[in-house]
Amino acid sequence: MGKPATFRIWRGGPDGGGFQQYSTSVEEGMVVLDAIHHVQAEQAPDLAVRWNCKAGKCGSCSAEINGMPRLMCMTRLNELDLDAPVTVEPMHTFPVLRDLVTDVSWNFRAKKTIKRFHPRLPDAPDGTWRIQQADVDRVQEFRKCIECFLCQDVCHVLREHHKHDEFIGPRLLVYAAALEMHPLDTEDRVSDLRHRHNIGYCNITTCCRQVCPESITITENAIIPLKERVVDRYFDPIKSLFHIL
Amino acid sequence: MSAPDIVWKDGKFGRTSRRDSWWLSPAAILIGLSVFLIYATWAAWQNGHYTYGPYISPFYSPELFGSSPHALFGPRPGWYPRYLPFSPALLILWIPGLFRLTCYYYRGAYYKSFWADPPACAVGEPRKSYWGERSFPLILQNFHRLFLRLSYIVWGFLVYDAVRAFFFPDGFGVGIGTLVLAVNVILLGGYVFGCHAFRHLIGGTFDRVSEHPFRRRIYQAVSWLNARHMKWAWASLLSVGFADIYVRLCSMGIWHDWRFL
Repeated sequence: MGKPATFRIWRGGPDGGGFQQYSTSVEEGMVVLDAIHHVQAEQAPDLAVRWNCKAGKCGSCSAEINGMPRLMCMTRLNELDLDAPVTVEPMHTFPVLRDLVTDVSWNFRAKKTIKRFHPRLPDAPDGTWRIQQADVDRVQEFRKCIECFLCQDVCHVLREHHKHDEFIGPRLLVYAAALEMHPLDTEDRVSDLRHRHNIGYCNITTCCRQVCPESITITENAIIPLKERVVDRYFDPIKSLFHIL
Repeated sequence: MSAPDIVWKDGKFGRTSRRDSWWLSPAAILIGLSVFLIYATWAAWQNGHYTYGPYISPFYSPELFGSSPHALFGPRPGWYPRYLPFSPALLILWIPGLFRLTCYYYRGAYYKSFWADPPACAVGEPRKSYWGERSFPLILQNFHRLFLRLSYIVWGFLVYDAVRAFFFPDGFGVGIGTLVLAVNVILLGGYVFGCHAFRHLIGGTFDRVSEHPFRRRIYQAVSWLNARHMKWAWASLLSVGFADIYVRLCSMGIWHDWRFL
């Protein structure tokens, strides 16, 4: 036996839109995406919503639920106060295609501006490398990223200040960190991080880390270590001269 | 790459769909840091009641020049300009002050609380312009590790003070003040050596950390501290303020230092 719940869902397109309210019956164990599907099936067959795995692994159903960037498939209704309408909006940082669906292709264009993986020469005659587990512990965390772009959505440099043409955002800083810290990689991205990707725009709000559905410690394990590498190169003559701590 | 065309471009201060008490954390940090700043500034200018027996307030240590027996180089020097106000704390407090000011945790916290940049995650901001830490003045935050290195030295002196707090004029002893100063250096040590910059310098700088097994072990310990950096930051801030209050009130005769031994 379900109970009624109300959802304020943003409907519109690239030129704007607004909230429409829908009431539907919800049951124990449901997530927000289930409720959206109920609304779609019963009342709004033209409601656009992107989804795929329903298991928090494809990163397709990113949206803003009660104002916070979250995956719709991983937000259980019992975590929300259903006595008031639940607000569901598309991500604010990217162009709206329709309703809850946004165009995230900017991220893939920006990704191409990061220097690619460039491994050292193979360690063995058969063209393979030898890596210690300790050396890849750090970068393995970054491989958990599902590219849901919730961190890009919540980053105020992109969301509020629209610095898309200057700043690559937390997701792509994680990607750059995965390459830059890789034990086999020989490419140097530090100059790009400072001058081209403007890592200095990040003011460490930690919002990106807070919304990551994969619990990647984005700020502390990716962005700050990259900032420190920029400091090594440009702001710390003492370390350069004396190699001290 | 060109910026995409976005619907939500005219954000207004405080605009959000969040329904939780998003303002609570920045407001608490605003109050907490303000209270500490006001008290620390007042205490630093007092130039009095900063020692009691073997205890010295951490705001005044190391006491380079001063009138107490703890002074390393004697009383106020003759070369110190007469027209400048003097307090031993003013000679030293800028080091931990700037260390905390440029600390990654505090930066994220006070940008939100004092400058609303942003007020909280996914909440509208009051200003359209934004420079971040890539140009003056905030580019100076990159000198954090300079103050980290100076803080190692200050912390070393505080350890010395904590050890000295066991030695009273009548011999070895343990008072409440001894414990206050000992706990203070432990909390300050957790904060200083859990610093993000220290974590990078000790091991984060290596892509092949397995080639440096000793540094790797320290890196793992520092990473443990670093994961709790916010807690160390607040605990040490409270303890350093309380240590000053304790020594001050004992010195003024308002509190009595109870001796265990």
